[in-house]
Amino acid sequence: MTARIGVFTFPGSLVARAAQRAVRIAGAEPVALWHGSHDLEGVDALVLPGGFSYGDYLRSGAIAALSPIMAEVKDAAAKGMPILGICNGFQMLVEAHLLPGGLIRNDHQHFVRRDQKLTVENATTAWTSEFTQGQEIVIPLKNGEGGYIAADDTLDRLEGEGLVAFRYAGVNPNGSLRDIAGLTNEGGNVVGLMPHPEHATEPGFGPDTADAMRSGVDGLGFFTSAIAAVAAVAA
Amino acid sequence: MGMPTIVVDVMPKAELLDPQGKAVSGAFARLGVEGFSQVRIGKRFELTVDGEVTDELLAEARRVAEDVLSDSVIEDVVGVEVAQ
Repeated sequence: MTARIGVFTFPGSLVARAAQRAVRIAGAEPVALWHGSHDLEGVDALVLPGGFSYGDYLRSGAIAALSPIMAEVKDAAAKGMPILGICNGFQMLVEAHLLPGGLIRNDHQHFVRRDQKLTVENATTAWTSEFTQGQEIVIPLKNGEGGYIAADDTLDRLEGEGLVAFRYAGVNPNGSLRDIAGLTNEGGNVVGLMPHPEHATEPGFGPDTADAMRSGVDGLGFFTSAIAAVAAVAA
Repeated sequence: MGMPTIVVDVMPKAELLDPQGKAVSGAFARLGVEGFSQVRIGKRFELTVDGEVTDELLAEARRVAEDVLSDSVIEDVVGVEVAQ
């Protein structure tokens, strides 16, 4: 059985097509989903892609988190469906209270685009099981509002319960507290991060590596992990 | 006489960096504007009421101010008032 992974398009989503492509390269079937519908079309997993949504008026991801399809997304999250939020998608998951905290303008106030080194802090989630604990990966990052914040007691809880999925390594690009780049929920099925794994899935189009320019495909592991998680549920 | 309006004011939490305010502070310094040690920028929402402002409607305004118009992680609702 080929896993069917739904990829949302919101008004302003930029990289839904890139995420669909990444899903296909990883070996699953991408299913385009629309924010205005109430139908998840029976998919096995969901990707909330990056870009922008509704002009990001009010707060990044805030209006998208109130869109019709988010009711179904919350239901699916509660039932354990693997859900990945990338960049603006991460902001939506936070605004929808599926992950804690908030994302604010980068501390240096500039948009940043770089190939970012990350440490995998939790390799047991539906989106990280193909990595090893503590593995360093390189994933493109591109955002203006990626500064992760939460109250100190929330940060302590996240760290204590292993809910920090990724940390920035080498450089903290946006002032995120405790270098947090991505989170998982308690169930390990909902994961959100600011960097863009879909941009590191195809040789020739990924970050540079020591071996060759643009050969980095560290993002593939996100999607192959989800495919494995779907297969484990089906088995 | 216009329609009554409920004004909701939202500010970034005091302990958080307010990059917009910081940028304006920087502009003040370049312009030689003195006497203001800090600028913080918030949001003002004007909710126009179709009819009379009832207690229920004011309570509803307070609810949406907390649930929709602000994010309690990063912002505080500092006022929900009927504009005169």
